[in-house]
Amino acid sequence: MELSALQIIAILFALFAWSRALLRLKDRKISGLEFGFWTVVWAGVIATMLLPKTAEFIALSLGVERPVDLAVFVSILLLFYLVFRLYVKLEQQGQEMTKIARSIAIRHPRKK
Amino acid sequence: MENVWIVVAAYNEEKNIPRVVSGLLKAGYNDIVVVDDGSKDNTCEAAVKAGATALQHVVNRGQGAALKTGIDYALEQGADIIVTFDADGQHRIEDLPAIIKPVVMDVSDITFGSRFIKKTKVPLMRRVLLKGSVLVLLLFYGIKMTDAHNGFRAMSRRAAEQINITADRMAHASEFVEETRRLGLRYKEIPITVKYTDETLRRGHGSFRQALNILYTMIVKRFFLR
Repeated sequence: MELSALQIIAILFALFAWSRALLRLKDRKISGLEFGFWTVVWAGVIATMLLPKTAEFIALSLGVERPVDLAVFVSILLLFYLVFRLYVKLEQQGQEMTKIARSIAIRHPRKK
Repeated sequence: MENVWIVVAAYNEEKNIPRVVSGLLKAGYNDIVVVDDGSKDNTCEAAVKAGATALQHVVNRGQGAALKTGIDYALEQGADIIVTFDADGQHRIEDLPAIIKPVVMDVSDITFGSRFIKKTKVPLMRRVLLKGSVLVLLLFYGIKMTDAHNGFRAMSRRAAEQINITADRMAHASEFVEETRRLGLRYKEIPITVKYTDETLRRGHGSFRQALNILYTMIVKRFFLR
């Protein structure tokens, strides 16, 4: 099986990104569930690169002519989802910060 | 006599806050809490010097967050009625008795100041944005108001205890309306006059960008965070 330069770069990048996720799991910065999610994502990328025919078959069976179109479509959906999760996380952290600021403020009223 | 607390959220209002606090004190409102929302100037010191109780957010968290801090503190201090009042001097102290009265008489749980009941000179751009916000409030919450995003309101202790303000920044003003609807509170709009100066126009709620930001927060909260 001959791989194009693009396929090799994509596979190497996916392996690199997965190794980062593995390190974060070891540091306990992400949960097992999150690690599982990233494993599926990067394994999907590698499988698509190694088995272009299968990817073509999947794309066609979903009504998309080229696998690359399907990849772009799925990536955009995934990005939207991740941005939304980030937004929720940021929002939650902001609210936690507010609670801390509020609690300090109320405990230390200043009067003349 | 009801125990009325005035809550003022202030950010970089060192210049205006002494005038606002001393005006309130002169009018007989002795329980004033100024929440300095992480100002970069000496707002906190100025408020204390003028005779208010000052609470200080260690970091800037937004007007909604500051008001909630002040309301929580006032409740802790045993407030019967809580009024939210702007720090930049655009609200008139003369309007306070009218905005408090329906809550004291127990005909309303919350009152909202409205600059559109009486004829007030409101700059055109701001008028358009505010009327747009009124329409958004009607569409989102089914409440027909004449004004939106007016920071002048009075509420009973019971209402203040129940109202849950989660929006840290400007969207809190819509949240007061949303909570009024959710809790089935009795509300009334009271005509007030807003004094516009170049400074209040520059810093106030009225910019298009802020309006978009508020709308965005409302949409995300309503459709995605529930």
